Amino acid sequence: MSDLTSAGAAVGGAPVTGDGPPIGAPGGEGKERSASLWADARRQLVRDPVFMISFFYILVVSSMAAFPKLWTSQDPRDCTTDRSRIAPSGEHPFGFDILGCDYYSHAIYGARPSMVIAVMATGGIVVFGGVLGLLAGYYGGWVDSIISRVMDIFFSLPFLLGAIVFLTVIKRQNIWTIAAVLFLLAWPTIARIIRGSVISSKDLDYVHAAKAVGASNGRLMFRHILPNAIAPMLVYATIVLGSFVAAEATLTFLGVGLAPPAQSWGIMISVHQVYFLEDPWLLLFPCGLLVGTVLSFILMGDALRDALDPKFR
Amino acid sequence: MTDVNVKLDALPGLDPNALPLEVKNLQVEFRTRNGIAHAVNGVSFDLRAGETRAILGESGCGKSVTAQAIMGILDTPPGFVTGGEILYRGVDLLKLPESERRKVRANRIAMIFQDALSALNPVFTVGFQLAELFRKHRGMSRQDAKARAIELLDLVKIPAARQRVNDYPHQFSGGMRQRVMIAMALALDPEVLIADEPTTALDVTVQAQIMALLAELQQERNMGLVLITHDMGVVADVADRISVMYAGRVIEEAGVDDIYASPAHPYTKGLLESIPRLDLKGQELSAIKGLPPALTNLPSGCAFNPRCRYAQDVCRKDPAPSLLQVSPSRTAACHFWKEVKGDE
Amino acid sequence: MGRYVIRRLLQFIPTVLGTMFLLHYMTSLAIQFSGNPVRALFGDRTPPPALLEAITERLGYGDPCLSQKGNWCIGLFGDRLQSVFFHFDFGINLRQREVTDLVADALPFTLKLLVIAILFEAVVGIAAGVLAGLRGGSFTDYLVKISTVFIISVPIFVLGVVVREFVGVKFGNVLRGQDWIPDVISTGMFSPGFKPDYPFASLIIPGMVLGAVSLATTARLTRTSIMENIRADYVRTAKAKGLTNKRVIGVHTLRNSLIPVITFLGVDIGAAMAGAVVTETIFNVPGIGRLVTMSARTGESSVVVGVVTMLVLVVLVANLLVDLLYAVLDPRIRYE
Repeated sequence: MSDLTSAGAAVGGAPVTGDGPPIGAPGGEGKERSASLWADARRQLVRDPVFMISFFYILVVSSMAAFPKLWTSQDPRDCTTDRSRIAPSGEHPFGFDILGCDYYSHAIYGARPSMVIAVMATGGIVVFGGVLGLLAGYYGGWVDSIISRVMDIFFSLPFLLGAIVFLTVIKRQNIWTIAAVLFLLAWPTIARIIRGSVISSKDLDYVHAAKAVGASNGRLMFRHILPNAIAPMLVYATIVLGSFVAAEATLTFLGVGLAPPAQSWGIMISVHQVYFLEDPWLLLFPCGLLVGTVLSFILMGDALRDALDPKFR
Repeated sequence: MTDVNVKLDALPGLDPNALPLEVKNLQVEFRTRNGIAHAVNGVSFDLRAGETRAILGESGCGKSVTAQAIMGILDTPPGFVTGGEILYRGVDLLKLPESERRKVRANRIAMIFQDALSALNPVFTVGFQLAELFRKHRGMSRQDAKARAIELLDLVKIPAARQRVNDYPHQFSGGMRQRVMIAMALALDPEVLIADEPTTALDVTVQAQIMALLAELQQERNMGLVLITHDMGVVADVADRISVMYAGRVIEEAGVDDIYASPAHPYTKGLLESIPRLDLKGQELSAIKGLPPALTNLPSGCAFNPRCRYAQDVCRKDPAPSLLQVSPSRTAACHFWKEVKGDE
Repeated sequence: MGRYVIRRLLQFIPTVLGTMFLLHYMTSLAIQFSGNPVRALFGDRTPPPALLEAITERLGYGDPCLSQKGNWCIGLFGDRLQSVFFHFDFGINLRQREVTDLVADALPFTLKLLVIAILFEAVVGIAAGVLAGLRGGSFTDYLVKISTVFIISVPIFVLGVVVREFVGVKFGNVLRGQDWIPDVISTGMFSPGFKPDYPFASLIIPGMVLGAVSLATTARLTRTSIMENIRADYVRTAKAKGLTNKRVIGVHTLRNSLIPVITFLGVDIGAAMAGAVVTETIFNVPGIGRLVTMSARTGESSVVVGVVTMLVLVVLVANLLVDLLYAVLDPRIRYE
């Protein structure tokens, strides 16, 4: 089919300008193919109830993080101790916390730091890890050796231990430092994934073909090789968002993350853990929100992987 | 050799004078999500002691499935034997309980596989894998079993067997690995050996060596050999009789000379015409047009009709004829076998 | 085998130095950007300059490079390596106790916890994974699939807190109300935290919590591995050899399938050590993990850095041993 059209174009007599059309034709076909991959994936995802529920949940949590005022008119810092630990009611659906602050608005405002940290850190590792992975995979040789050795070193440092050291010493524990330490310790995972898929797509025939007609390194990397790495990267980034939300809460719980008066689900859990027996809702609401968010990200990532990997079709 | 061959419990109904292997109307289907695939559709053939029976066909025609069904090692599910008989010296293996059937494997009917690298367990030494047979089937001690393993490696002409017995499969070359497979299959002196594409994964020179080795060992032991292959060249060299399979059926059955001289089925004829021949140098090769049909969706009538140049309406409407007698010793499943055979 | 071991050992040295340097540089950067960590010990109070300086010097934060942003502090790193590797000195805490002493006191508890956790995840995880893998699509299979996703999504501290409150406090209170139940179970095993009177029983539940996270991964990994191997050609060969089903699965399939699982369990020792920080904090186990959080909360960064350095070294050695074990288990690696 494509042979026919390209032959037709050549016969059609348009002045052949250098090697323009021959590159254009396979490139165009490639794009069409990948477009249909994404379209297929989208169709499959829309029909997947697990994905849609997770997606909707994440939309809700994201809107809490971006526009908390949409969800509540209460101020989470308006507290009076005589309302301490009042049970949920119609007006205050989550009740009041130990300090007598409205717990529902705390939960709404608590979405923001987790999501902001997760998004910032994930964006960072996608860009930085992606570039390093691309370079290592594409150039191979000593570039690859150096980048891979550095990645090995980062892998040897258990994530939680590294984060605790950094946050203890830096003392300023805010969303910036937490995002920074998550980024710093997690970039090699994504770099390794990109490196792997670049190495496997580097030897595909159409990449050789593009190289043979003199495409530049930059063009090869960004037009022909990177698109193949996008799918695994997207899958992993989705799952990583979930684990970063969990990591933020864990660090906060351990006392090296955010601290009151900031609002965060981790703080809610950490402050109220001992009241579980008398007032279980104080623990169940933040735990539910947190677990729901992490679970949604992981399920979305799994569904994306199934949809984007042709092997599962 | 025979001193350690402890007498096996006789199978009930075993008739020493019956043929070592007889397959009658075997049916195998695969139950998949996309429907039921009739992988084997009434295959019959027999095998005499010392004889080589080739089963010839393209990949996907059901020849490997037939072999696995005979051995009783189909992956179930999705594969199920749904009909027919597999007789070993008159005993229907399909009716035996699994514990009895297990004793037939390797002891009486053994099998070698196409890709020896993946067919040998990567984490055990070849010595362990050979000795295992003697330990489990003959109850030998580890030491005795290992001595037998070395003997076997010698038998299949692996140099320095005493050292190599402690090596792992990946340390052998392709040809040597296939020799190990052969040694493993022959360990318990089976009467029937099924070789499923034994040389496909090998270089041409190594192929010849392996086939020669197989032929030599077969003669020594008067063993029946079922040779499954798609390679007409290999068949011509070693086979006595040939069953040609297409889409799960045997479509022609004859002695090797008859088939090569005058094929009676258009498919066999097509296969023969697609072999490059030195004496026809310069002429264009003819290939069979089209592709084999999907087993879940066979064409109506004779399964070969869409690709057949002899096909007429009867081939599209009526089911394919069962094997018709072409001569006393050969059959073909074609309405027009006379035209096919005469038209030379 | 010998060549493989030597190569792996040679790779080990730069990895250790690199990881130590990463830890060192992260600490230095943090100090360079946020100032002397000793100040944090005084909270809002302003310490007398002489005292501040004395403590700073004593804890090893006196090097001038720590006030120049971005400085690699190579000299300081050299000193640190020297004290760690030649004097086995990982620093001291405020009261001048050696970090090595503190760790030695805490070690037995953490070790017990780790052993319980790894045993729990290995036994239960492999058993569930094998069952699920042998019968794809069965009830166990779905159970393993679903529970792994859930366990992975629940952060270990949430799991820990919920288990402590539900099992340790609530259920434990019920048990403690029954006279016929021995104390070792009612007050030992089902206690909300570590009990010095029951140094083993009261660690069982914390250990299971610690093992739960990787339990899911272990089961999943075993399941996939079994499913891949059960269809392998060599399993078919084993059947063709007329071996019993028990031997085909138990020897030929399992031996291959468990290679990645055992490797994972080895690597997981490192992850479990980090996880112990959380578990020990929740269940109040006086082990190394709680030592880290307590020091982090009070700002004793010298202890945190020292203990983490030690843990990282242990993790690295564990990884090395796993690699060597891998070579023992899989002959294909040995001869590469």
